[in-house]
Amino acid sequence: MPAPTLNGISRTPARTPRLRVSGRGLWITFLLVPPVVVMALFVIYPIFSALAYAFYDWQGLARGDFVGFANFEKVLFQQPFAATTWNAFKNNIFVFFALMIIQNGLGFILAYALWRDLPGARFHRIAVFLPVVLSTVIIGYVWKLFFHPIFGAVNQLLKAVGLGSLATPWLGDADTALNALIFVNAWAWVGFPTLVFLAGLQRIPSEILDAARMETDSELTLIRRVIWPLIAPSATVCFVLLFIGSFNWFELPYIMVGLDGSPYGNTDVLGLYFYRTAFGNQSAGIQDFGMGSALAVLMFLFIAVVATTWTIYLRKREIEV
Amino acid sequence: MSMESRYDKPGLLATYGRDGLMQIILIANTVLMLFPIAIMVMSGFKSNIEIFQDPFSIPDFTNVSNFVAMATETAFMRYLLNSVVVTGASIFLLLTLGLMAAYAIARYEFWGSSFLLLFFMAGLMVPLKLAIIPLFILFRDMGILNTHWALIAVYTAMGLPSTVFIMTGFIRTLPRELEDAARMDGASEFRIMVSVMIPLCRPAMVIAGIYNLVPIWNDFFFPLVFIQNDALKTLPQGMTSFIGEYATDWGVMFAGLTLAAAPITIIYIILSKQFINGMTAGAVK
Repeated sequence: MPAPTLNGISRTPARTPRLRVSGRGLWITFLLVPPVVVMALFVIYPIFSALAYAFYDWQGLARGDFVGFANFEKVLFQQPFAATTWNAFKNNIFVFFALMIIQNGLGFILAYALWRDLPGARFHRIAVFLPVVLSTVIIGYVWKLFFHPIFGAVNQLLKAVGLGSLATPWLGDADTALNALIFVNAWAWVGFPTLVFLAGLQRIPSEILDAARMETDSELTLIRRVIWPLIAPSATVCFVLLFIGSFNWFELPYIMVGLDGSPYGNTDVLGLYFYRTAFGNQSAGIQDFGMGSALAVLMFLFIAVVATTWTIYLRKREIEV
Repeated sequence: MSMESRYDKPGLLATYGRDGLMQIILIANTVLMLFPIAIMVMSGFKSNIEIFQDPFSIPDFTNVSNFVAMATETAFMRYLLNSVVVTGASIFLLLTLGLMAAYAIARYEFWGSSFLLLFFMAGLMVPLKLAIIPLFILFRDMGILNTHWALIAVYTAMGLPSTVFIMTGFIRTLPRELEDAARMDGASEFRIMVSVMIPLCRPAMVIAGIYNLVPIWNDFFFPLVFIQNDALKTLPQGMTSFIGEYATDWGVMFAGLTLAAAPITIIYIILSKQFINGMTAGAVK
């Protein structure tokens, strides 16, 4: 047998080495060129273009003059755009913190419960993940109908159990609209952190748990001191993905409350504002690719910087344990 | 003290009580998950009056008129077909291209291979949605705006990084003996890849396929921007048309939503294990 070398091909008993080498080069090129071209054309080029477009003035679909930071200045500081941007940003932040508590918090509790492998755990696991595979469009419409002030299932149910006084036009009321959207998002997505946490829990070696249980009777102490640190990698993933998702939020509010973030911008988020700016409000029919690109670049930078910094911080926490 | 000694046996009572609480939480959550879906399905078999007066009653399941209306009077079937075509073509292309790149990176030593892997990995971090304006202009210039090609292109590109990531990791774990044996027999590199390696890669292809299938099948954002022609709309996008059309007929709307949810729900229930593994693949290493 020929000795294995690093070079995969040289192991073959090559009769005409030079031809084989160039043939190998051709073969690798053939394998790599199509995927690299697709990535370059549809990912790399658009990302860099988005950056460039933000510095130009746009007349409809035609690129006009170079305007420096004017588009950024408009969306960040010039009224009325700035007020919309900051209001949307504030709502994104609220959505993120609310979902951190509800979606990831409940996800952890459910994962812990599933981990105990009680009767029916398999069924519960399938049920909790079912909404995750459904389209946001379906989920949005179903819950929009459920939240209908008069005929919606939510208010009907409240009435049926004698809590009719709590019934309210959930999506039309400024106090409840964003919370209703957050609830629906948590309902739809709680299965994801649940199963990521569950996978983390299942990888904890049982010897460690047994040893820890000798030390303490309190399950809460065990969770805080042993389990939670050991599933830190799962937490990193859930936290960072939720952060990215919260600041890219678009489909659910678009379907449930419309492009304007009604009522009165109470549910407006950056994704909606970006779409309105770039592709026009249906009522106004205006579009501004320059300001839209500026918003996209700002969102991208914000998400990238925070997600990267936070990931590095969370990963460090994982190592220290 | 006797009281204390009775509680001295820890675990038992505590464990029993805790598991009881956990079981209650699980059951309550499962009801919360499935009840809305059950209401959606049941409402599809009802008339408006029945939905408004008796929203939680069990309907007459033989009354399928809403479903028939949805399937025959709307473009539902066309949207469904469009979704199948777009999703199928995208998954086929991204698996093919992803496998090619991963195979080259994982199986051959060449200059720049680790840089290439990083190049693909970088794509994992990029939310392509935010590049929608340049993509819109690019597709317009290419003349494929308002065609399925625009969607297929963007979905293939979107799915490549995760596919390369999953496949490279998998292919690296495959033993080299088989391909060496084939090479000794004089098989060409192409033969080795197609006849020896690809069959071995099937588990990783299933994971990568499902990981990308769900977001592509469910995507609403890219069609919203790229597709104006009603005959080309995919299911999630088409739903906004027929929901608008039947805005006063709740039974038909619920029937449509049920029909739209059916394909992926059925596949999910049959393949739940693969779905859960596939969709959490990026998160669980």
